Amino acid sequence: MRPSTLCLSVFSALAALFVGMLLHARGRQSTASQERAGRVALVRSLGLTDLCLFTEARYTRHPAMADRHAAFQDHPMALDHFPSGSLLAPPLFPSPHAPLPPAPSQRP
Amino acid sequence: MRPSLQRHRSVLDFALSSLLRRKGRNLALTAVYTLVVFVLASLVFFVQALKHEAGELLEHAPDMVVQRMVAGRHDPMPASQVEAIREIRGVEEAEARLWGYYYDPVYGGNLTVMASPDPTLLPGSARIGRGVARNMRVAEGDMVPLRGYDGLPLLFTIQQVLAEDSELVASDLVLLSPADVRTLFHLPEGLATDLAIKAGNPRELTTIATKIVEKFPDARPILKSEMLRTYEAAFDWRGGLMVVVLASAILSFIIFAWDKATGLSAEERKEIGILKSIGWESGDVLLLKFWEGAVVSLAAFLGGVLLAYGHVFFFSATLFEHALKGWSVLFPRFRLIPALDAYQITVLFFLTVLPYTAATLVPCWRAAMADPDSAMRS
Repeated sequence: MRPSTLCLSVFSALAALFVGMLLHARGRQSTASQERAGRVALVRSLGLTDLCLFTEARYTRHPAMADRHAAFQDHPMALDHFPSGSLLAPPLFPSPHAPLPPAPSQRP
Repeated sequence: MRPSLQRHRSVLDFALSSLLRRKGRNLALTAVYTLVVFVLASLVFFVQALKHEAGELLEHAPDMVVQRMVAGRHDPMPASQVEAIREIRGVEEAEARLWGYYYDPVYGGNLTVMASPDPTLLPGSARIGRGVARNMRVAEGDMVPLRGYDGLPLLFTIQQVLAEDSELVASDLVLLSPADVRTLFHLPEGLATDLAIKAGNPRELTTIATKIVEKFPDARPILKSEMLRTYEAAFDWRGGLMVVVLASAILSFIIFAWDKATGLSAEERKEIGILKSIGWESGDVLLLKFWEGAVVSLAAFLGGVLLAYGHVFFFSATLFEHALKGWSVLFPRFRLIPALDAYQITVLFFLTVLPYTAATLVPCWRAAMADPDSAMRS
């Protein structure tokens, strides 16, 4: 057998697997709403606001609800205590898209 | 077969035999290259799937959460504020939420304790997330002690362990009746942790938030769009994890490509010289090197992407577990739903395959332009 025949067969197999991967992803997406139904029901009934990814600190467990300077919890530029602080970017507060100016009581 | 195809196949045959002559070196090269693609693709797939899942789930989150701030920190809200906010025009539903954190001194995990609005959850009973059950080694029907504000233990019977597929949102949850949450945290009647609001018309949310801040300057409204943006920012290309891994992987790849680009080995130069002396054109030599590069880079790209897909979606991104865990004692186990994006795969392809191919072609082009005699002598 010519080496190119073997090589093209291997690449065809890899390409087939790649297409299979795309189809598998599409298949999982089409059944995703059923798979997600339990989670959605909990989010709706309990009014959950965050994913449970990092549980070591308040501001990593509920980043969307955290204080304005989280992950620099105590004051801006404060050193972070937890390793996931280096993995999570701080929330975009205040951001140019923020709909509201901060309340007077929250101004420094 | 058409002559041009036949020519390409013959050049591919030659390229493969050339690669096999330096078997050890090329296998090591492909393995390193596959590893770089694997790490990058795993990260892209993982982050994309998490972002997508966060978006899908938080679509069902409250339209707005209102907190009360005291001395720059989140503080319980009095019922009077809750009632006044409920009366603002445009507010369809306003639910006072009761929740807090509980540090378990026995196994060192942080739990999220929450009051369930479900009336079938009786006082003295609890529904717990899978992660809590796993860490505490308890099952339905067992008793769980939680230490109250006064240091005395409160015993709860586990009525239900939440389903496995809920771990992504509820792994650390302990659901109790509202009365039990008040007893555990010593929260007096008339105080709530925060307020979850549903607006009749989501376009009125900004107006509602403005009215709340005008009425209660110590209130902090958090819109659903801000919750979604927090996750977008956390897992963005610029986000922490992405930056750390992408920067190191791309840097290592640049060093790798630079090493290739700085020149050919004497043996390769000699080979090009011989090919040119027996009648190969510069274009043929470049075609040969293109096929050599294409075989290595395509094999690495396809292999790396397929391995990454298996790693993230079949083995729950096991290699990232330690990075994600941080100091968490309680860690959720979840299986992500793939959210493949043509843009991400294309970026990955251009980030990995193109630099390598360019890095192999440039020095070969320089060698192919040289005089065959001097190339053989060098």
